[in-house]
Amino acid sequence: MAKQHDIPVEARPDMLEAKLPTKTMTLNMGPSHPASHGTVRFNIELDGENIVNLDPEIGFLHRGFEKSCENVSWTQCLPYTDRLNYVSALCNNFGFLSAVEKLAQIEIPERAKYIRTLGAELHRICDHLTATGATAMELGGFSVFFYAIEARDLLWDRIAELTGARLTTSFGRIGGVERDLPEGWIQKVKDTLDRVAELRDEVASMLVHNRIFLDRMKGTGVITAEDAVNFGFSGPCLRATGIDWDIRKSQPYWVYDRMDFKVPLGTHGDNFDRFYLRIDEMKESDSIVRQCFEQMQPGPTMIEDWRYALPPKPQVYSTIEGVIGHFKIVMEGIKIPKGECYAYTESPNGELGWYLVSDGSGRPYKVHCRAPGIPLLGGVEHMVKGAILPDLIPTFDTINMIGGEVEQ
Amino acid sequence: MSSNFGMVTTRREEAEGFLQRMVSRGLGWARKYSLFQYPFVTACCGMEYMAISGARYDVARFGAEFPRFSPRQADLLMVVGTINQKQAPILKRVYDQMAEPKWVIAFGVCASSGGFYDNYAVLQGIDRIIPVDVYIPGCPPRPEQVLDGLILLQEKISAQTHKLIDHAPPEMTVDGKRDLLAGGMK
Ligand code: SF4
Repeated sequence: MAKQHDIPVEARPDMLEAKLPTKTMTLNMGPSHPASHGTVRFNIELDGENIVNLDPEIGFLHRGFEKSCENVSWTQCLPYTDRLNYVSALCNNFGFLSAVEKLAQIEIPERAKYIRTLGAELHRICDHLTATGATAMELGGFSVFFYAIEARDLLWDRIAELTGARLTTSFGRIGGVERDLPEGWIQKVKDTLDRVAELRDEVASMLVHNRIFLDRMKGTGVITAEDAVNFGFSGPCLRATGIDWDIRKSQPYWVYDRMDFKVPLGTHGDNFDRFYLRIDEMKESDSIVRQCFEQMQPGPTMIEDWRYALPPKPQVYSTIEGVIGHFKIVMEGIKIPKGECYAYTESPNGELGWYLVSDGSGRPYKVHCRAPGIPLLGGVEHMVKGAILPDLIPTFDTINMIGGEVEQ
Repeated sequence: MSSNFGMVTTRREEAEGFLQRMVSRGLGWARKYSLFQYPFVTACCGMEYMAISGARYDVARFGAEFPRFSPRQADLLMVVGTINQKQAPILKRVYDQMAEPKWVIAFGVCASSGGFYDNYAVLQGIDRIIPVDVYIPGCPPRPEQVLDGLILLQEKISAQTHKLIDHAPPEMTVDGKRDLLAGGMK
């Protein structure tokens, strides 16, 4: 303070500043807001344009998912899992099934493992395309969105050929997958992936050379590695901070241990890293799918244990055991042994965990889903506090919160 | 403005009626091809909404080009996805804020009937709170279905009576407002 007296009065830097006393303002953003996808409401306390406080409120898409699962058989939970992270239904389907299989201690056939891996990777690409396209759109790059959607539509066509649905797939059954790959599908997928790669690169090149985009993405929504861990982040948002944590590598499931792929990492933990990491992950997924095609051997796609799998139709019509097996599964549901378990897979947004409790009847006693989106949404406040309001938009986009999984 | 005397109409009234029908038809034609939509997107159906606004299915071909994110600028409310009890008052408010004439499309089974979420949380169809013109089934509907629904709505619009100046009284009652406020938005 002593120094200040030395400066002549008229030169003191704060003398000329006309300080306006400001009051903070409360702003409601959402739940149906043009610049944010997903139904979440932000109660924002603003000082001028700076965010003083932010309080995300959820519950606008609560659909009673966990409770609904208790009223249906284990297999019938599948359609509910489609609609958690609805952009990557296959990852949810297979993740849930793996958890159930862990509880029942079933080992699924090799080919089914490959189909699960490649299906999940295809949908990971879809999810990342959507996240990237939507981010670009909400920052004003509308044409980028078209490229991403076109690529996603191409992949959805292939997924529809495999599962019969574009986005709510309900594919896979306890003990494997109920259908093998369609004829000629592998070549089609390879061609599609080529085209998707072109579109993906187009998307990336349109954005990473765009000054406006860079200015809004770089250095905004920053979170440090330590904070990210403390908030319970997982998936791309955690890896963007530089932490090498990918469940596909650290606890390989299905056939990921046989795949040769890298885990892309970021350094700054800002929006740009999260965005670019998704582009990189798409490339890895692309190569995983191709590796699956290479390594796959013909074989069964479903276990032959009639307590879990429907017996083949000829058996049902001609043997009494077949009829009984069919009847019991259809009428009572698959009986999962008593117990509880937690199993997790790497979904496009991070760790998708399932805590299941079975009381030995045909229905789940309790299904709980650890959705990757909840910790991410919880971290948003920390990431944008003190920043300006427009920074909230890319931050919210790059964490890619999906309403369906956050609100169970 | 039909005659008070049953069958008997004067020439003047006939001429007026003719003019009105022409105006109505013209307005209907203009309105059906310039639908400004407000996508009220909540859930999974929104992914298919993205697909129809993308280049391949291109809803712009049907004149429903650009989403308007202000209800005051929109005349077609597309309710895309699940509406639960917490969301319902907001949907009602958005609908009330739209200027006449306005139409509503229920996109997907959740919006139409609650879908397979037959439980405590989900509104069993948006027609419990706002009127609906076209229901599009499907969970989610395929883009072709959505476009078909849009064309159905356009047919409906062109068959409706349109007036240059509509003197219809505003619909919302004080009671309605009170319900809305009680519904959670503070
Ligand atoms: S109709 Fe189906 S896809 Fe659409 S919001 Fe409802 S559950 Fe999701």
